Amino acid sequence: MGKNLGVNLQDSWVLSLALGGELASHGYSRGAESHFPSCVAGGAGGDRVVSVPSQSFLGVFRSLPSLEKTVEKCLISLNPQASRLVVQLHCKYGVTKTHNLSFQECELLQAVFNKELCTNTLRAPARVLVDAVVHFPVMLAEVTLGVSPAGKVSFRNYLDEDTEPNRTMVTELCLSEDEFQDVQVQQQSHVTFCLKEFRGLLSFAESSNLLLNIHFDSPGRPAIFTLSDPLLEVHLVLATLSDPNSSSQVRSTTLQAQPANGAFPPATPDDDFTGDDIDSFMIAMETTCKEGPGLPSSPTFPQRRPHPGAALESESSAMESDLEGAVPGTPPQKKFRSLFFGSVLTQSQAGTHPGPSQDVLAEDSEGES
Amino acid sequence: MFFPTELQTTTLQAKFFCPVLEVLGSHLIKPYPIGVINTIAKLAKTCTLRLTVDKLYFILTDKVANGGVSMWCELSQMEGVAAEYNEIYLELTPENLSRALKTAQNAKTVKIKLTNKHCPCLTVAVELPSLSSSSRIVTHDIPVGVIPRRLWNDFREPSVPDFDVSIYLPVLKTMKSVVERMKNLSNCIMLEANLNGEMNLKIETDLVSVTTHFKGLGNPPWVSEDGSQNSTQDRDPESMAEARIDIRKLLQLLAGQQVNPTKALCNIVSKRIVHFILLHEEVSLQYLIPALA
Repeated sequence: MGKNLGVNLQDSWVLSLALGGELASHGYSRGAESHFPSCVAGGAGGDRVVSVPSQSFLGVFRSLPSLEKTVEKCLISLNPQASRLVVQLHCKYGVTKTHNLSFQECELLQAVFNKELCTNTLRAPARVLVDAVVHFPVMLAEVTLGVSPAGKVSFRNYLDEDTEPNRTMVTELCLSEDEFQDVQVQQQSHVTFCLKEFRGLLSFAESSNLLLNIHFDSPGRPAIFTLSDPLLEVHLVLATLSDPNSSSQVRSTTLQAQPANGAFPPATPDDDFTGDDIDSFMIAMETTCKEGPGLPSSPTFPQRRPHPGAALESESSAMESDLEGAVPGTPPQKKFRSLFFGSVLTQSQAGTHPGPSQDVLAEDSEGES
Repeated sequence: MFFPTELQTTTLQAKFFCPVLEVLGSHLIKPYPIGVINTIAKLAKTCTLRLTVDKLYFILTDKVANGGVSMWCELSQMEGVAAEYNEIYLELTPENLSRALKTAQNAKTVKIKLTNKHCPCLTVAVELPSLSSSSRIVTHDIPVGVIPRRLWNDFREPSVPDFDVSIYLPVLKTMKSVVERMKNLSNCIMLEANLNGEMNLKIETDLVSVTTHFKGLGNPPWVSEDGSQNSTQDRDPESMAEARIDIRKLLQLLAGQQVNPTKALCNIVSKRIVHFILLHEEVSLQYLIPALA
């Protein structure tokens, strides 16, 4: 089995899988109003991108400890005639479990962001950040991260406009820069992002003992969270609340979508956002893949562990080499980028989500109810 | 919430309380007080906090006529500062306090201050250990309402009622598991006790009646203020004083007692009220449950 990654079920995610030489999974998060995201990114050209409900997919891998003990090999393939994604778990004692998941085709889209452009960077072991967010209530939606050049890092719960300030407890945690491996701060700033997604990423990072990097700028510009590992790189991009005082809609422009085939026009703020304060989630993933040998006859796809916060993949290169022996001439590592885009809840705007207008690219997925 | 019309006066009060509150923090994070706060948080959305020179009180008053429970919890032994204004009454949401103290178990220090941010707040500052040289500080600003002096009469300490029987409670854990099971059968429970150290918990439905007997509990000696013998001395020791109370209210009290109190007793006024007194180190808790009709 591949690396053990933590799996937390989040039912708002839908995974789309790109199948080809590489395996990628993308997830996107559905908003509180059951509003479906507008686009799904896919792998490099030539790959098919399909979309499956995440609950079905995650259900296959539900019980990790028992899977670890019994499953020897996991095969994922596409059965186009029956419109089914087939996941086969080859287990001990000759038992094979086959799961057929229905899928939908979807379009590709790529979002653009660049963490190098972010003026502030923090790096810390996931453990430190897990201990930081434990002080906030589980149901808290957003958290504000603040930094100052003096080396102070703070997390504070965000009170949105619906909450009465005179009745709500405000919790603030201050960490010193000693706790971080690296702190680069140009000027004092703060950004507010979704805590739930952040917690999801943290729990995954903690279980794998990874270092987390946070790249951010000013309110409104996306915050980029990255993890890296010899086998896996994860990028989670979260939109941040823009400062109500600022007039720029920087966030929208940064998330300009570029279609894989160039035919799709870049998203304009009006098309993709109903207003300034809609949070949107993007997840980008880069995976490095090593292709197994003997592909045509019995392809061994890498073990996949979808994760709610950042749909991830892990490669079990160890498993491959154990099973298949030394592989001469392993194909070069392939990299591709996949993006997810989802729109979630509004902050200040109570109302209107023109749902359909946001589904510009992807077919609206099977009805979420 | 009360409007802070007396805010200026109370700000002055607040200043004098800072030293008091600094010690308070370390008292509050002990398991027993935290258990009490958690119980209060489950019982009510708001409660009253009374701070005096050397004591802290958590007060829950519910109109007894409506069958509500009232609670009076006192935390003492704090070093105080004598001041002109030596008392303050605050209204707060106990759940906030409960949450603020939840992650403070391993704290190096806990300080509580009255502050005035966007509104009057009880600020809980917790210093936590960290791997680096400097500690982590978590601050929780809990909004409070300042209760004007003219309403302070509403929050008086309950006087010990003229009870018929006073008896020590059985081990609370045992009592709790018995009552928990009884809750599945009935909404009311009959609590009866006598001066022979015997207590019975009874429930009765159409189909079944269940009684649990406790013996050898002992009766606390009460001396009335003028030093004369307690009126209960004339009472037949075998005779039971009884009160039928809402089982859920009893369970709420018992469920919150995670740590065994040093002393636990109850006073029963037949058919009227049951008055529980629980003592643990510097915390004394009084809980009154009115009898059902």
